[in-house]
Amino acid sequence: MSQAASADLSAFPAAAAAAGRMSSWQNWGTLLVLPYLAVFFVFVLYPVGYGLWLGNDLQSYRELFADDIFWRSVVNTIIFLGVGVNLKLAIALLLSGFFAVPRWWIRLLGLLFILPWAVPSIPTILSFRFMLNPEWGVINQVYYNLTFLDGPNWLNNPTLGLSLSIVVHIWKSLPFWTLILLAGRLAISKEMYEAAAIDGASALQRFRFITWPSMRQLYLTCTILSMFFTLGDFNSVYLLTGGGPADLTHVLATLGIRYIRLDQVDLAMASIICALPLMAPLMVFMMRRLSK
Amino acid sequence: MRKFFTEARLLLVAIPVFLWTMIPLYHLMLFAISPKDTAFKGKLWPDDPTLRNFELVLQQKHYYLNNFWHQMWNSLVIALAVGFITLFVATAAAFAISRLRVRGGRLIMNLALLTYFVPAAFLALPMYKAMAVYGLLNTQWALIFAMVAIATPYAIWVLKQAGDKLPIELDEAAIIDGATAPQLFRFIFLPLMAPSMVAVGTYALLLAWNEYLYAFLLLSRDVDTTLAVALGAFLSADDSPWELLMTAGLIYALPPAAIYYAFRRYMAADLTSGSVKS
Repeated sequence: MSQAASADLSAFPAAAAAAGRMSSWQNWGTLLVLPYLAVFFVFVLYPVGYGLWLGNDLQSYRELFADDIFWRSVVNTIIFLGVGVNLKLAIALLLSGFFAVPRWWIRLLGLLFILPWAVPSIPTILSFRFMLNPEWGVINQVYYNLTFLDGPNWLNNPTLGLSLSIVVHIWKSLPFWTLILLAGRLAISKEMYEAAAIDGASALQRFRFITWPSMRQLYLTCTILSMFFTLGDFNSVYLLTGGGPADLTHVLATLGIRYIRLDQVDLAMASIICALPLMAPLMVFMMRRLSK
Repeated sequence: MRKFFTEARLLLVAIPVFLWTMIPLYHLMLFAISPKDTAFKGKLWPDDPTLRNFELVLQQKHYYLNNFWHQMWNSLVIALAVGFITLFVATAAAFAISRLRVRGGRLIMNLALLTYFVPAAFLALPMYKAMAVYGLLNTQWALIFAMVAIATPYAIWVLKQAGDKLPIELDEAAIIDGATAPQLFRFIFLPLMAPSMVAVGTYALLLAWNEYLYAFLLLSRDVDTTLAVALGAFLSADDSPWELLMTAGLIYALPPAAIYYAFRRYMAADLTSGSVKS
């Protein structure tokens, strides 16, 4: 069999040389993926495996489920995701239409608009935090000048604190998603809009029958990707409220740090592992979607 | 008249977008140029703007800022290291998967994608424990490798998408001319992929420069940490000199903004095109 194959190949010297080169290519290929595989095994797979092993004690789940703060964090996480992701992407979809309008000053505004995403979280979130300070913050100063009443103690109220964390999260990540959706919108053929204009379609109809059908798939991809990123958003909560007051604004991303502070590493791991069954199906779904 | 209404409607969107974006940033800058204790007054422009805060920060004249330049340097070294290592690892892998069609390439791509979906904050504690096992905790290598592990999946994915778009005829012509794999890499892949590589390198560099959580977990000594951690330390104190914190924060935010604008052309095209595909 192999003889026949080699006889076949010898009839075509170029093909034989190419086949020889193909196997040398495979060797090069293997060599070149090794650095990534090393990074993956040492700094992703091993930590994850070690984490799972640390979190395999049933006792720590019993303790975790007995902790009210854990359940509070789960509810907070669901609110953070449900409101944060959908509100952000809905606004991003609307704004992508605005930024697609060809005007020099809209392009200029687009340059500024990207800043929250490009600069680090820590200075800007601290800026938010100081604006919200009940005594000296600029928001309550303005509030007092307008109403002669003392403004609320924004971050000392769990509902307001969590809501403001969502606002900060949206402020930070809105530009990125607007940019992605803008790219999707600009990829739609102009001819469709021209044809619709000739037929006298209204703006709403153009959105309903051209823009949305073309962008629906992209919008779904963005929603799920954004869920993963939002789930991992530590900064927007931790730097704004620190999980307070009384640990009532923690989300799963910050809860681990709280348990570490309390020297309960196994609870920290358990709280992360609890999120896995929810995430795994979405991760596989997205992998199939993006690896095509 | 109709044109006027169109422009007016656009402005009606533009003004809130402008205010929403700029108010927190302007507030940050206002603090940096206001003398101590007057920034709290809620004025749009300070009565006597000053660069005194910058002077104090740059000369490290506060015990919170004793290591300002050192930490700035750490941030820079770590960001550059992450940028270059990520670029090296991801380019090699993307070339092997996309052009050499290495066996198991699809599986590796899927592993990378799965890693990309793991929320960074969830990986932080396992990473922290693993770094302790490796004995890397409190060394800058810990942060560098952690950030490389986080940045490479997306980098490989973007580069693979871009690599797949190069016409296969180029490779075929090179094969007929007897090119080896390294030659293919050097003369076809590298020149054509340069813009995507700039985008990916910049992405990894900014990710590392801006990182707070991992830096704060993996590094603890003042002389090792990055500027992000140093700024976070202000939070725990009641007597924080806020105007200096804001000034240092502004200085810390300038390089990534500048880098972003410098490479914006590449970033916008490449980092978004990957996601738009499906």
